[in-house]
Formats: sequence, structure tokens, C-alpha cells
Amino acid sequence: MRWLWVIPAAPLAGAVLNGVILRRRIGHRAVSAVATGSVLVSLLAGLGVIGSYLAGGGAGRGVVWTQTLWDWLPAGGLWTTHLGKRLVDFKLAFQLDGLSAVMVFIVTFVGFWIHVYSVGYMHGETGYQRYFTYLNLFMGAMLLLVLGNNFLVLFVGWEGVGLCSYLLIGFYYDQPFPPQAGRKAFIVNRIGDFAFLVGLFALVSRFGSLDFSTVFSAIAADPAAVHQPYALGLSFAGFVALCLFLGAVGKSAQIPLYVWLPDAMAGPTPVSALIHAATMVTAGVYMVARSHVLYDQAPEILAVVAVIGTATALLAATIGLAQTDIKKVLAYSTVSQLGYMFLAAGCGAYGAAIFHLGTHAFFKALLFLGSGSVIHAMGGEQDMRKMGGLRARLPVTYWTFLIATLAISGIPPLAGFFSKDQILSSAFPAHKVLWGVGLATAGLTALYMFRAVYLTFHGTFRGTEEQAAHVHESPAVMTVPLVVLAIGAVAAGWVGLPKLGGWDWNLIERWLGPGYRHVAKGAAHAAEHAGVGLEAGLMGLSVAVALAGVAIAWRVYGGTRGVEGGAAWAHRFPRLHRMLENKYWVDEAYDATVVRGTWGLARLCRGFDGRVIDGLGVHGARNLTLLASYVSGFFDKYVVDGLVNLIGVVLQALSRLFRRLQGGLVSQYALVMVVGVFMLAFFCVLLLTQ
Amino acid sequence: MVITTTHFLILSLTLFVIGLAGVVLRRNLITVLMSIELMMNAVNLNFIAFSWQFSDLAGQIFAIFTITVAAGEAAVGLGLLVALYRLRGSVNLDAATELEG
Repeated sequence: MRWLWVIPAAPLAGAVLNGVILRRRIGHRAVSAVATGSVLVSLLAGLGVIGSYLAGGGAGRGVVWTQTLWDWLPAGGLWTTHLGKRLVDFKLAFQLDGLSAVMVFIVTFVGFWIHVYSVGYMHGETGYQRYFTYLNLFMGAMLLLVLGNNFLVLFVGWEGVGLCSYLLIGFYYDQPFPPQAGRKAFIVNRIGDFAFLVGLFALVSRFGSLDFSTVFSAIAADPAAVHQPYALGLSFAGFVALCLFLGAVGKSAQIPLYVWLPDAMAGPTPVSALIHAATMVTAGVYMVARSHVLYDQAPEILAVVAVIGTATALLAATIGLAQTDIKKVLAYSTVSQLGYMFLAAGCGAYGAAIFHLGTHAFFKALLFLGSGSVIHAMGGEQDMRKMGGLRARLPVTYWTFLIATLAISGIPPLAGFFSKDQILSSAFPAHKVLWGVGLATAGLTALYMFRAVYLTFHGTFRGTEEQAAHVHESPAVMTVPLVVLAIGAVAAGWVGLPKLGGWDWNLIERWLGPGYRHVAKGAAHAAEHAGVGLEAGLMGLSVAVALAGVAIAWRVYGGTRGVEGGAAWAHRFPRLHRMLENKYWVDEAYDATVVRGTWGLARLCRGFDGRVIDGLGVHGARNLTLLASYVSGFFDKYVVDGLVNLIGVVLQALSRLFRRLQGGLVSQYALVMVVGVFMLAFFCVLLLTQ
Repeated sequence: MVITTTHFLILSLTLFVIGLAGVVLRRNLITVLMSIELMMNAVNLNFIAFSWQFSDLAGQIFAIFTITVAAGEAAVGLGLLVALYRLRGSVNLDAATELEG
């Protein structure tokens, strides 16, 4: 309990050590020791705290452990809010409950093994220390996100992981595409974050607090108040829920803001595994689950969440069918699986969403690390059309990748089966169409994943001879994480066994506690009454659909058919294939509307700046000033200076005159004197004779 | 013909004007000094003429006194002349323009 703060602090300290204090002063070995060690500290602290939480019987009863570090933003003042006058004061505080315990475990465990894997994967790369600094910073921010006990700490983590995502996508900054992809991710996320902030403002103005406990207990205590109309024709709960969900749409890559995630694959592969598959992108799901009290009061927004999730799941899965870059397939798969999680959350099955989040973290991280291992072996090649037949050369990678593929396809008893089944069985009573689309997507998932497996590992090798000679299994530092995560991909589902009759071994929902368990009023009741038969029937159906997907994949790509099999099918449906290959031209559409629109606006502003502000304003002022200075200069030169010169000229003329009197010639002086005397005498005589 | 004071005065005036013209018009310092002597003697002649007319000796005594002073003046003037000659190598008055304003 007292060590709660260590969990996020350790990776942050690691980032500071590697990025600031020990910059370029230590070798690669020490860098990886600092980075991996700090995450290990975090993992052990997390395990210790979670262990004592479980031992204390905290789980399942909604017990919340909080640890307040310090007053962070004492905004002060009495603030009249819905809850009466209160002091607005944001604290840096952490909380541990069932939800954050699950998240902390996933993040630190997967994060630790991905750090270990990175030591091998990034071996010899330039920017080794920078990479681990960012990775540690990401871990710290992600743990802040899941441990914060108020929305503000969550938001700091939210932005922190966004920053690290940006930095790591653009890690290879000397190539043209990665920085561009990083910018795209950052800007698209910013759109969602704007709405997220608006939601937080609405919460502060209403409750004067962002603490989860304060906000949610206020909502739960007086649901009628949050149902009153607020803005955009929505109730207060609906408005805030929509704003927060828009933030989640950006972060978790849902329609219409999913476009950044496939491009984010430009980063190093372990980053794709950790940030763009296992942890960061699931932050939106975590946030919705964390705010479930709010979402329960906004059924219309829950419906939006479910519909967007389902649509995203289907759309991304279909795009994944036609991608040739192995990481792109996995990226669209991630988008699709995130859609699944939102489908669950939208049906009120927050527990199922978090469950799928957890299992997905294992098998998707494993898939990405496996693809990293393949790319490593192929010397940077990512195109599946140039792979094939790698099964024998990369046995560990193959088997772990296969396990993860089976898990994501929903084959029992692997992890994905249980979580996906739980989502589908909560969607079934909620809405039949959502369930149907979800089921179809499950089949598509099996199809595109086995397509990837067949193209990559089966058939004959299609690369160059140079690559064929180079292909080798990765070192132990990379394969051990694969094996560990494979065990997770097998076993992670066993914490959430389905309810069949009187059985209730669903540990995950019990840990998460009340509120995550019985969901979406009517739906939960329907599920309870549906009985064993329906449960088992749904389960069997989803397994059958998954097997059908596998079978189709084998029929098209299996054996030695490989790329030719796919080409034959593409030839049979040319328009469909072209549409999927080009991802429904969504990027192009965004480019034509949003991007070009923004550019146009920018050009317009620049024109206004150049013509009106610069032209009329700045240049006009300049010309006026010039004119005024000319006039004033003229006045100075000819009037003021003229007067001054006039005095000089007059004095000069006078002095020329008087100089004559002082020629220095004595005889001249004498002459003047004589003339003077005569004149004086003349006047005297004149006066005397009168 | 009876010689009266008026004749003396006319002679004196003539001498004086000649001296004055010499001072003003001539450039040679020696000529100028001689002209000054001439003017002073014209004045002396006036003194004596009036002393004669009024039978008063004061005029004659004054004339003798003037002659004495004139001797000193001639000495000083010639001294200056020598000094000027040494400085300029000439006794031309036009060369001595140090008093020019």
C-alpha cells in the first residue's frame, strides 16, 4: 500500500536516469539494465501491492486504496457547484482497486517482457538510449494513467503516453515516413483530446472536483440531476460521456479517428507491441470502464459506443484481409479488437471489455513480437509476399505466433476464446445485429490471422537468396519473452471462465467488483435467464465461425498455395479486393477533405496576412511614416536649419565688413583717425557757429 | 607788409597738412617718422606764435618741452625701426600688419 507510488515512479526515474543524468555516458548494457531494471522494480512493486490488496480481501467488494502524495493544484476559493460550495483542489493521488490492479498487472508484466525483448531487437541500433528513455517514460505515463485517482492524473498519463507514442513512432526520424506518421498520430489524437478536455471542464464546473470517488458517488447519489438537459440536446451525463468517449475514440483508434494507428507501425516493432497493441491504445477502454457509473446514466451514448465499436471491428477486420505488410495486418487487427472491447463496453459489459483488454494484451503483444522476430530474421522485410516457409527456420517464433493466432481467433481453451465469447454473449441479449456483426468479425479475424500465418510461415520461401541465407532464429533475449507471453496467451483466459449453470469461476469480474459485473439492466437479466443451453449454443457457434475462418484461410492460402491462392481470389473479386487493399480510401478521403481543407484555410489566412495585414496595415504604416519623416526632414532642413544658417550668414557678412577696419596697416588707421577728427571738428564748428 | 599771427597760423597749418599727408600716404617708416616731426614742429610754431601775440612765455616753454619729448620720441621711433628692419628685412609699413583684426 505504501509502495503504490513506486509503481509509476520507478520507470519515470529510469527515464530520467537514461535520458538526462547518464546521457551518453554509459554503454548499451548499462542502458538496458537501467531501463529493464526500473520496469522490473515497478512490476515487483505492483505484484506486492496487488498481492496485499487481494490478501486483504479488497477485491470484489469495491474496496479502494488511495494514496495521496501531495496537493497538486490547490485552485482554492469557494466554488459554487452542483454539490454546493466547495474547495477546488486537485491532488496527485493514486488509487488501487480491482480495475487498476488488473491494468497495473497487464502494463507492468507485458511492459517488462517487451523491455527484455527490446534489448535484443534494438541491439546495435543508433539511438539505443533514446529508445529506452522513451519506453520508460511511456511506462511511467501509462501507470500514472491507470493508477490516478482523479481524471486530471489520468489526463496527464493520457497525454504522456500520447507524447511517447509520437516520439516512438517517429523514432527513425532520419527516414521520411516515420516522423510524418508520428505527427499524424499526434494530431488525430489531439482532436479526440479536445473533446476529452471539454468533458473534464463540464465535470469540474458541475462537481468542482475530478476525483473518481467524488464525481461517481455524486452521480450515483442523484442520477436524476445528471439526466437533465445540458448541451447539444444531450443530458449532462450524455454530454460528458460523449466527450470522454470522443477522447477514447482518438486514443483507441476507433471510427473515425482510427487512421493514425496503421501508420504508427512506422515505429520499432516492440513499440508497436507495447504501445500500439497492448497498452496505450486500450487506455480508452480503461477510461470508459473506469467511468462506467457515468456511462450507465447515458444509455444513448452507450449505444453510440457499441455501434462505433462494432462498425470499427468489422471495417478494420475487412481491411486486414487485404494487407500485405505483416505489421499492417496486425495493426488493423488491433483496431478491430479494440472495436470488440468498445462493443462490450457499449453493451454495459465493462468487465468483459477489460477481460478482453487483458487477454488481447498478451496475444497481440505476442503477435507483434513474433512479427518483430520475423522481420529481424528477414533483415527488415515486412512484406508477407516475400516470406513463406519460415516455419522450419524460426521454430520458436512459429509456435508462439501460432498460439497467439489461435488465441485471437477464439479457439478454446486459449485466452481469446473466453474473452471474445463473453463479449458476444453480452452483445447477444443487447442487440442481435451487433451480435451478428461481432460474430462475423470473429470469423474474419480467424481468416486474416491464419492468412498471415500461412503466408509467413507455410509454403515455400519467396524472398531473395541473400535473405534465405540470413534467416535465423532470434537470440534467447527475444525468444524468452515470446515463450512467456505465449504462456500468458494460453492461460490468461482462465481467469474468466464463462458462467455455465451454477458454476461461477469468473475471477476477473469478481476482482473488478460490483458495477462491472451485472450490466446493462435488461441485458444482464436476459443473460441470467437464458440458461445453459443458450450459453453453450452461442459458444459453439462462435467456435464454429472461427473454425470456418481458419478453414477458408487454409483453402485459399494453405499448403503451397500461398500468394497465388490469394491472387486467384483477388482476381475473382477485383473491385472488392481493390477497395480493401486501399482501405476504403479513407485516408484519401480525409486528405481531400480535412487535410486539404485545413491547408486551404491556412493559405487563405496567409493571403489575408500578406495582402491585408502586411499590405494595408504594415506597409501602409511604413509608407505613412516615411512620408511624415520626409516632411519633417524638409522642415528641419530648410526652416529650422535655415534660420540657424541665416544668423551665421548675417554675422559673416558683418564680420567681413568690420574686418576691413582692422587691416593692420597703421597708415590706414591714421587715415581713419584723421577723417574722424576732421568730421568731429566739422560738427563742432557747425554747432558753435549756430 | 606786417606779419601777423594769421600768417604764422597759415604756415603752421601748411606744415601740419604736409606732415599728415606724409604719415598717411607714405609707406617708408623713416619718411613717416620725419613727417611726424614735421607735424610736431607745426604745433610748436603755433605755440610760439600765440606766445608772441599774448606776450606769454608759457607757450615758448611748452614748445621747448615738446622738442625735448620729440627727441625721446625720435629715439624710440628709430629703435622700433631698427627692430622692425631686423624682423622683416624691410622698413615698409605694409609689411607690418600684426595688428590685423
